Amino acid sequence: MTTAPNSKNGGRARIEARFAKLRDEGRAALVTYIMSGDPDLETSAKIIAGLPAAGADIIELGMAFTDPMADGPSIQVAGLRALDAGITLKKTLAMVADFRQHDMETPIVLMGYYNPIHAMGVPEFLAAASASGIDGLIIVDLPPEEDAELCLPALEAGLSFIRLATPTTDEKRLPAVMANTSGFVYYVSYAGITGAGSADADTVAAAVARIQEHTDLPIAVGFGIRTPEQAKGIASVADGVVVGTAFIDVLRDSLDAAGKATATTVDAVLDLSRDLAAGVASANRRAAP
Amino acid sequence: MSKPNSYRTGPDAGGRFGIHGGRFAAETLMPLILELEDAYRAAQADPSFREELDYYLAQYAGRPSPLYFAERLTEHFGGAKIYFKRDELNHTGSHKINNCLGQILLARRMGKTRIIAETGAGQHGVASATVSALFGLPCTVYMGEVDVERQQPNVFRMKLLGSEVVPVSSGSRTLKDALNEAIRDWVTNVADTFYIIGTVAGPHPYPELVRDFQSVIGDEAKEQILKAEGRLPDTLVACIGGGSNAMGLFHPFLDDDGVEIIGVEAAGDGIETGRHAASITGGRPGVLHGNRTYLLQDEDGQITEAHSISAGLDYPGIGPEHAWLNDVGRVKYDSATDADALAAFQMCSKLEGIIPALEPSHALAHVAKIAPDLPKDHIIVMNMCGRGDKDIFTVAEMLGVKI
Ligand SMILES: Cc1ncc(COP(=O)(O)O)c(C=O)c1O
Repeated sequence: MTTAPNSKNGGRARIEARFAKLRDEGRAALVTYIMSGDPDLETSAKIIAGLPAAGADIIELGMAFTDPMADGPSIQVAGLRALDAGITLKKTLAMVADFRQHDMETPIVLMGYYNPIHAMGVPEFLAAASASGIDGLIIVDLPPEEDAELCLPALEAGLSFIRLATPTTDEKRLPAVMANTSGFVYYVSYAGITGAGSADADTVAAAVARIQEHTDLPIAVGFGIRTPEQAKGIASVADGVVVGTAFIDVLRDSLDAAGKATATTVDAVLDLSRDLAAGVASANRRAAP
Repeated sequence: MSKPNSYRTGPDAGGRFGIHGGRFAAETLMPLILELEDAYRAAQADPSFREELDYYLAQYAGRPSPLYFAERLTEHFGGAKIYFKRDELNHTGSHKINNCLGQILLARRMGKTRIIAETGAGQHGVASATVSALFGLPCTVYMGEVDVERQQPNVFRMKLLGSEVVPVSSGSRTLKDALNEAIRDWVTNVADTFYIIGTVAGPHPYPELVRDFQSVIGDEAKEQILKAEGRLPDTLVACIGGGSNAMGLFHPFLDDDGVEIIGVEAAGDGIETGRHAASITGGRPGVLHGNRTYLLQDEDGQITEAHSISAGLDYPGIGPEHAWLNDVGRVKYDSATDADALAAFQMCSKLEGIIPALEPSHALAHVAKIAPDLPKDHIIVMNMCGRGDKDIFTVAEMLGVKI
């Protein structure tokens, strides 16, 4: 087997190193979701560059898609803003390559839908993603039933394939869902679309315990976490806290009437990241069982 | 590609028709999608399911629909003999009721208490609202704002039937966006809700089960043409939105070698203008709404907007089994423009006293193109899958008439 460019320091290894470091520090990861290219490429690049210093432990980069079936209005509109501003998958990969000039530690995970990758071609995409310093993929419309499409080739290329587990993923299904998952598991806190619900720490704690029976991977929880207080609550019961819609919303609120970035846009996002990081850091982590 | 022994064995266990189909769905939905497949297999094995469905198809929907010899159109074209499979005479005015009756009986078997549906022309929405009223289940129908505007009579009909109609303002505000919004509802209410998909698309097993429920069209047509002509037809023609009326007519004939089969996509302003809805003619394989199939998309895999005068054909994809039938060459896919369809719509109204829906007007436009040059003993069966009452406002506007 040839060694994929990412397999030593990047890809899955970079995600594992990050969670190992956090385990030593005794805290959960703050995983920040922003839409690549929203509201424009330049602003988006500045936000990504600033996130690690603003407390983001892992960056999830949304790949815009015209038909985001699992997303609520905020992320739908963010994707359209990015598309209007000219984002493409290739430009997203180039932006990550630029980021990697200055940061070799912060994992970057692409999140989105399969079709833009399908259109580029899986081998071409994986080669380009590895070369750009992408570490993992979260693809909403690729369940384990379709692992041969992208999951297995991605693992082969040294990238993590991070699976979503949901409240509807029952005991019978969990082993299949965990089988080819790597990096971390993303637990979706409620059945629904992004931005529509609220994560309840007690319910989440029970779900995390249930998933832990099937995996040794870190478990990050997303959907319905907006505030530092909520982040603190989830950080005490899970290994990672994913925040998305709240970032998109503060970004949107910072735009001018024409939907363009203003002087406050980058800071609005980074300020929220700092507040959330403080919330995560203040969590009392329940001792591992 | 070598010819398979049968064209009727798909999909495989993973829901594939060749490279098309599959289960490209969010994890939240997957357990339910698997449960639906189990429920469907159990229903197939249970004679009482078929009996119940047949009862409603006959007594409620009015099946079998006639196979009618369109004598004046045949005379007018002066060539092939034209038959209409008259699914526009079904209760609710289109073929959509065949599928809705099947799916709501499945929903009841699964203990689901709420129905959702997407609609373009409103015919599937009306059929879903109708069966929901029949079985006393609440129903929410998602419909693009553009379609709400151009299909007002059907919007009112759905409301009369007790359904809630939710206008969808995202994206192109047509059928594709209605599907997105229905899927979002489904993800949110997965425990109690059954999603009645209106065409042969979506994650497996939807393309298969919708095909099976619509195959009553072709099964009847086969029996009827044998009775009328003592032989099978030479050519089948049907319009394609997602492809359910076409698949319903085609599937029972797929292994009859001598039968030529033609699906007609919507060419909108013309394929060359880029403003069309012909996903096989003008698209390439991609993944959307749970399956791989031909899609209208740009280089970056972003879905592009479809354009058609007909709300029911205004969709950037096509059912995966059609995509496969195209790849293996068993079915030919052609297209008809808005203008062609409009002309066929008027001709059929005047010559046959049948006001067709704009969707099958596309099929008729293709018949008009091929029939004159075919011999008089050439038999064409066309699926007249919907009636045109819903379209009179659109057509009046196109003709510059105020009503
Ligand atoms: C009368 C009629 N025909 C055809 C269609 C297109 O759907 P399909 O291709 O699934 O038959 C519609 C959809 O709304 C319709 O109302």
